[in-house]
Amino acid sequence: MTEPTRAHSRARSRTPARDHDDRPVVTGIGVAAPNGLGTPAYWAATLDGKSGLGRITRFDSERYPVRVAGEVSEFDDTEHVPSRLAVQTDHWSHLGLTAADMALRDAGVDPATLPEYEMAVVTASSSGGTEFGQREIEKLWSQGPGYVGVYQSIAWFYAATTGQISIRYGMRGPCGVICAEQAGGLDVLAQGRRLLRQDARVVVTGGTDASLCPYGLVAQVSTGLLSTRDDPERAYLPFDDDACGYVPGEGGAMLIMEDAAAARARGARPYGAVAGYGATFDPPPVPGQEPRSNLRRAITLALEEARVDPAEVDVVFADALGVPARDRLEAQAISAVFGPHGVPVTAPKTMTGRLYAGGAALDVATALLAIRDGVIPPTVGVRAAAPAYELDLVRSAARDGPVRNALVLARGHGGFNAAVLVTAA
Amino acid sequence: MNTANAAGAAGGGAVREMSAGEARPGTRRRTRARPGARRSRYHAGAGRRVVITGIGVAAPGGIGVRAFWDLLTAGRTATRAITLFDATGFRSRIAAECDFDPAAHGLSPQEVRRMDRAAQLGVVSARQALADSGLTPGDVPPERLGVTVGSAVGCTMGLEQEYVVLSDCGRQWLVDPAYGVPQLYGYMIPSTIATEVAWAGAAEGPVALISTGCTAGLDSVGHGYQLVKEGTADAVVAGASDAPISPITVACFDAIKATSPSNDIPGTASRPFDLDRNGFVLGEGSAMMVLEERDAALRRGARVYAEIVGFASRSNAYHMTGLKPDGREMAEAIRTAMRQARLRPGQIDYVNAHGSGTRQNDRHETAAFKAALGEHAHRVPVSSIKSMIGHSLGAIGSIEVAACALAITHNVVPPTANLHTADPECDLDYVPLTARDTRVDVVLSVGSGFGGFQTAMLLARDRGAKPGQRGGRA
Repeated sequence: MTEPTRAHSRARSRTPARDHDDRPVVTGIGVAAPNGLGTPAYWAATLDGKSGLGRITRFDSERYPVRVAGEVSEFDDTEHVPSRLAVQTDHWSHLGLTAADMALRDAGVDPATLPEYEMAVVTASSSGGTEFGQREIEKLWSQGPGYVGVYQSIAWFYAATTGQISIRYGMRGPCGVICAEQAGGLDVLAQGRRLLRQDARVVVTGGTDASLCPYGLVAQVSTGLLSTRDDPERAYLPFDDDACGYVPGEGGAMLIMEDAAAARARGARPYGAVAGYGATFDPPPVPGQEPRSNLRRAITLALEEARVDPAEVDVVFADALGVPARDRLEAQAISAVFGPHGVPVTAPKTMTGRLYAGGAALDVATALLAIRDGVIPPTVGVRAAAPAYELDLVRSAARDGPVRNALVLARGHGGFNAAVLVTAA
Repeated sequence: MNTANAAGAAGGGAVREMSAGEARPGTRRRTRARPGARRSRYHAGAGRRVVITGIGVAAPGGIGVRAFWDLLTAGRTATRAITLFDATGFRSRIAAECDFDPAAHGLSPQEVRRMDRAAQLGVVSARQALADSGLTPGDVPPERLGVTVGSAVGCTMGLEQEYVVLSDCGRQWLVDPAYGVPQLYGYMIPSTIATEVAWAGAAEGPVALISTGCTAGLDSVGHGYQLVKEGTADAVVAGASDAPISPITVACFDAIKATSPSNDIPGTASRPFDLDRNGFVLGEGSAMMVLEERDAALRRGARVYAEIVGFASRSNAYHMTGLKPDGREMAEAIRTAMRQARLRPGQIDYVNAHGSGTRQNDRHETAAFKAALGEHAHRVPVSSIKSMIGHSLGAIGSIEVAACALAITHNVVPPTANLHTADPECDLDYVPLTARDTRVDVVLSVGSGFGGFQTAMLLARDRGAKPGQRGGRA
């Protein structure tokens, strides 16, 4: 393989120079993914190229044009969430609560020992408690208003996961909820970092999504962006000539972010630091015109803030929608910054499906694991990236090699772009 | 139906005819002496300062800032029997609705078809705010313009309406995909509202939807404030929108008896701090504001309503819907915001309360004000505009910020309508029934929401800027 050519960049920072120790670090990861519950299981499956996509089992999907999805099949809601909490929350929150608990344990953070106002929770949600909501709205319309349960008001709204995590661990700091579809999973890291630069010490962040109920699936189908193929191995092929849309999934990841000095002081071993972030928005589509994307500027902002040259980036975790027109826009943005075939690009989300806010958070977790172990996970299923995209796509097998800086991209439906640069701590 | 809109029993007629700026002997009084020269810089640190330069409001009682401010200062109420759907069989059948014709406010037929009502209200108020600010792409390029929109329940109304069709009135769990409309996914993701506002404002900077339940409207303005303050954006269209008056949302508050069942007195059912209150009255609406970096705003000659000088939130980690009576975490949020603004309690001229009209809320925040403001809690006027325009969940926080900015502009404190007999445990000055003319330089606005969120924001008059010339009454 020839030495990649990389575009020159101006290492200009909009924010004042900061000491590297000022970069918030991630000290804990919790994963609830279709191809693995818990970080070890997920990471092993991801490196082995084991996919979690399959025929939908949560309901009879026969009549729907989309019948393949990524379900967290090992997950038992009543086993993983205390029953009293489980009845008042949606499946999406169950996954989030479970991932948050794993992440806190992984970080070795004991909330009972920390100042209550210095712990915050900021989660992303793309679509809230869809399944719970469908059950309650069905009761309303089939039986009457008196049949709607008392937990509807707190289970389906987008703030449910954040609120329940805050209550469960006594976290009384500035809590938040950001919705920007897939991009929200990166936006919450920026908010977590902002809070750590103010008065928070520990932030539980990340996100999950789970809209694999009949109404949730039909809503997703309405965009025309989903894959209608029944073969799980050929259904989600971003950047491939054979790309035909994406496969939806459920799950995500929670991350524990801490102030670097505080983490060091308590002897924590960080996975890495959140060094740069950029967010932009696309102009509305104009009929008859090529869409214009501001993804490239989000990438540039993240690199500038991290003071990392494109040549120093070891891997890009792509948004990888799997829709040719959108794949082309993303490939153009990556090539514009890194040059043609200028950086390894991967999309392990072909093994989980698109998890929306949960997916972007999971990509950050995956990037941090790639840094830890010096290996880039593969984009399973893609046989060859379309030559026109000029991407160095890491395909069927994981690629070894040191990973110091990893860039994660996420685009949210409707025009959201976000980029996060994570770096070895 | 609209006859129910008349103001409360006591003195409603007289109040209605009054305008904000008119002298009203007997009701006009100064609450305290001016703090004078000891007032120093409001803003914390040497960083960028953030000012409000444009306001747009679509609220019950009228679309537009003028109608909104007229309603508040007259002490009129906009709560009434629900007309948006047939509420027969529901426990609470009253709400504060917007008389809103999207076409009359400039939305095209395609926009109306595409957007849920919450997005429509948001776009209309965003366009108003941008027009009011006079901001142009020449002042702030699209990539430096951000959008932060708060919403508690997003596009639930559209989501429910389509559900009814796809499920054939709830008869099919396996809903029929043949009836799915193209915008259905846009209804499931609340971020669609932020998308529509960003498109309306031609923003290409950071865009986010904030969904912290009933504090979302304060938190979204706070988020926009931080984006400008830290330099991520130079201007942000910040605000919130919610349109929750649909069967499923009304039913879910029925289920926990959070809303008022006073269906026989819709016009006076929202009674924060009153002994006879029995829950909140659901509302809908939107407010958007243009937030700008102060120096740039002054350079372009913008009119400044107010400066945002403090913003903090805390969580009670107690219960998803319950509140401890001590108001401890809200008090902490208030103290933190005061620290940021370098303000002492005595400098606060007006407190815009969450004042939802539930017993636990009114006692919770009364305790919070006493804990955070000390003796000054008994001197400062405190009022709840939810008494007039209901509780529009995630939207109300932004609508209240708009009211606070107008209070500073006009030196008028809006009243708490329908407050005839104060709950003995709520013993502060809640400005009952009648607006009060008084110097308003610094305002505290608070919010409290499901999930345990408690937020406080401080606004201050910007004395270095041009005084208000437009908006509301001259």
